[in-house]
Amino acid sequence: MSVVLPGAALPQSTPDPVTPRHVPHHGGEANPSVDGLRVQFGPAIGRHDVMWGETTVWVDVTRIREVMLWLRDDPEQQYDYLVDVTAVEHRDLDLPLEMVWHVRSLPYRRFLRLKATLDKNAALEVASIEPVYKAANWLEREVFDMFGVHFTGHSDLRRILMWETYAEGHPLRKDFPLRGRFSRSEQLSQALAANPEARYSMEELSVADAFHELPADMRARLAASVRTGET
Amino acid sequence: MSTTTRTLDVALSTPTLGSDGTIRHVPLTADARGTLMPIDMAPGSEPDMGSERMLINIGPQHPATHGVLRLVLELDGETVIRCVPHVGYLHCGFEKIGEYRQYNQIIPWTDREDYLNSMGNNIAYALSAERLFGIEITPRCTVLRVIAMELSRIISHLVWLGTTAIDMGAFTPFLWTFQERETVYNLWESWVGARLTTSASRIGGMAADLPPGWIDGLKGFLRSLPKTLDETDRMLTRNGIWVGRTVGIGVMSAAEAINYGLSGPLLRAAGVAYDVRKDVPYLDYETYDWDIAVGTKGDVYDRYLVRMEEMRQSVRIIEQAIARLPDGPINVDDPRVILPPKRKATSEMESMIHHFKLVMEGPRPPVGECYVATESPKGEKGYYLVSDGTSKPVRWRIRPPAFVNLSAISKMAEGHLLSDVIVINASIDIVMGEIDR
Amino acid sequence: MGLTPATSPSSVTYDPPSQDGWVTTRLEFLVNWARANSLWPMPFGTACCAIEFMATAASRFDLARFGMERMSFSPRQADVLICAGRVPFKLAPVIRRIYQQMPQPKWVISMGACASTGGMFDNYAVVQGIDTIIPVDVYVPGCPPRPEALIYGIMMLQEKVKQQRSIANQQQYDEMTIDPTSKLYIPPSRIDELSEPFGNSVHQTRSAP
Repeated sequence: MSVVLPGAALPQSTPDPVTPRHVPHHGGEANPSVDGLRVQFGPAIGRHDVMWGETTVWVDVTRIREVMLWLRDDPEQQYDYLVDVTAVEHRDLDLPLEMVWHVRSLPYRRFLRLKATLDKNAALEVASIEPVYKAANWLEREVFDMFGVHFTGHSDLRRILMWETYAEGHPLRKDFPLRGRFSRSEQLSQALAANPEARYSMEELSVADAFHELPADMRARLAASVRTGET
Repeated sequence: MSTTTRTLDVALSTPTLGSDGTIRHVPLTADARGTLMPIDMAPGSEPDMGSERMLINIGPQHPATHGVLRLVLELDGETVIRCVPHVGYLHCGFEKIGEYRQYNQIIPWTDREDYLNSMGNNIAYALSAERLFGIEITPRCTVLRVIAMELSRIISHLVWLGTTAIDMGAFTPFLWTFQERETVYNLWESWVGARLTTSASRIGGMAADLPPGWIDGLKGFLRSLPKTLDETDRMLTRNGIWVGRTVGIGVMSAAEAINYGLSGPLLRAAGVAYDVRKDVPYLDYETYDWDIAVGTKGDVYDRYLVRMEEMRQSVRIIEQAIARLPDGPINVDDPRVILPPKRKATSEMESMIHHFKLVMEGPRPPVGECYVATESPKGEKGYYLVSDGTSKPVRWRIRPPAFVNLSAISKMAEGHLLSDVIVINASIDIVMGEIDR
Repeated sequence: MGLTPATSPSSVTYDPPSQDGWVTTRLEFLVNWARANSLWPMPFGTACCAIEFMATAASRFDLARFGMERMSFSPRQADVLICAGRVPFKLAPVIRRIYQQMPQPKWVISMGACASTGGMFDNYAVVQGIDTIIPVDVYVPGCPPRPEALIYGIMMLQEKVKQQRSIANQQQYDEMTIDPTSKLYIPPSRIDELSEPFGNSVHQTRSAP
């Protein structure tokens, strides 16, 4: 079994990476993938920024899956590693919600940040990139849990950090208070009422026998594929 | 007398080994007197006996899950058909709280997420915040941070080693590794005052400089650690039970590992030589002479070997760092972020005001965002900070390596036996504090 | 009191010491001594305190000298539940169920600031003290408490165990129900109002200066 070496697609004469020093706040060389993206996707690519040595590209949120597929598969890009999927909501509540994807190309030793805005007045929906990177599975579930963004095409979009019937909302939104919306005693009652072993997803309960043992209302809900845990 | 046979349609069978070694269920029938006898079946056909699979639940309270992890397993006998992990039992709202704390006040939180690598987290966060502020740290601080991060890597791997061995029934290495950790705890305590949750870094420097004699204590530790590692190595590496329980278990190929976003020893054991210290260096790691340990098969045994080797390489790095540790100030001389010395703050008006503002309001970075990745013992640990110019971040995102690594456990555990699930779980080196944040 | 005993008034009430027989007192002493020196802990370890607990159990601080080296991960065989670490709301029903599964006599040590009061996590996710869910006997402060501190807490628990009047009085093991009609009863919502943070801690919940 051969070893996969990062930087394999770079020419042999490329020097090894060094610790960056005196990185400027703005300016510097942009990631070459930006040009490639503009050529490939044209108007779907918005502005780009180089800040603290990192390139951020703004992408049309409806085209994100194609962009990710191209970034992963194109031989000039080869962004094979998904680092992170997250979202940012600014303190100025008029600004839209930003989705952030961090991808890394191991063969080319590049790092790219992709951003897309989601209008808070409309439904927060984005195509899931789980078919592109399996790493997105849990990362997107967490964004759903914390921000309420729905990822269409995700195999199992449920809350991951809070319990599935958590009713207070999506914690990392700026209108969610630090201590939660309910009083401490109410939070405690709701938490104690949740049966820690009762929540199984449809995926887990595809075993026929176990399904018949569930209470009737849960069976009906699961059979109708109603997602639990949303507000 | 003719016997009437009837096939019972409840799952009544007897398990038997088929010609290919798999378990086959031979259906039984009962004759008129109720004696059970097997039905002769054509080879290769398997009756539809209905599902005999069990859904069992491990955790969230369980000794071998290394924290509050809940695994739901669908088992066919002892074989795992599907493994679904449930996390969130230690979700404590770190990222939310980060939005309500000044940049220096977030440092104690970084201790508590991956609590086995607290010094490493402190420094990783400080690196990210310093990038956001646009601060260059002093040479002494750079080298000292390397020493601290590598020591932190060693003690994290020691916990991993001890707890993984204990999960597989080898009780003694646990005591050896924890005894080694006590030496490092003494070092941490004499330096920053705390054993486990160190909060050692600050934006622009460290909480304190080294006390006298600290380096000698460190040298003593570096002499005793390889002996413990050798002892553990002798006990485990060629041990029949260890090898039998770890070789070929939980295999992830290189392409799968990259697509699943694995990092750290899991990725390197799969044969991908990606180490953040080499590929996206920080703190001058490229100037030290050390190697990455890369495995070949991607199974649990390779992960064990990779981590053992990483500890030895960390010793190598620390020895070089001690040799080149320069004198000089440990904190950068920037009044925007570093508190003035106490005697000035209590005597000069300007220093007092500057101290007051830094404590009450906190240092304020320019508007912007940055992501700095470091190599924690679990994998690629990065902090993504977004600033709007105020003293508290808009978003503090922790990129949790163990979270992404754990999501692959369903892939790793399929087809293995129940006891292998415990071994695979141990090999991922999870820390629920980081996974759930 | 706001609490009423669950048993009927005709059951045995507390006997003052002078009426205890010599044999009963000696037997009680023996039983308490045996219990105190072989408290099998159930480590409900969640976070950093669990690592300090493991360090306490390891060779340098050695819980085995207290008879506590046998960690019972099954609550059915445990005496003392040591809650080491922060307990989020998702984990709350789990710890309550574990506590209910422990047989009497049982004690609880709340190890660390997070288990005792919620610690530094005064937010939507963390239970502000496990004593809101289960009764606690000893609180060990610290973040994390040093192993010596935990051992001090364990020794305090041993003192408590040794003072139990275990044979003569079964009533102490009955879990009392809350009497909402009592004058001293305060409803939980009112407790929340009274315990709103005051002073400097209010500023900790402001998002930006």
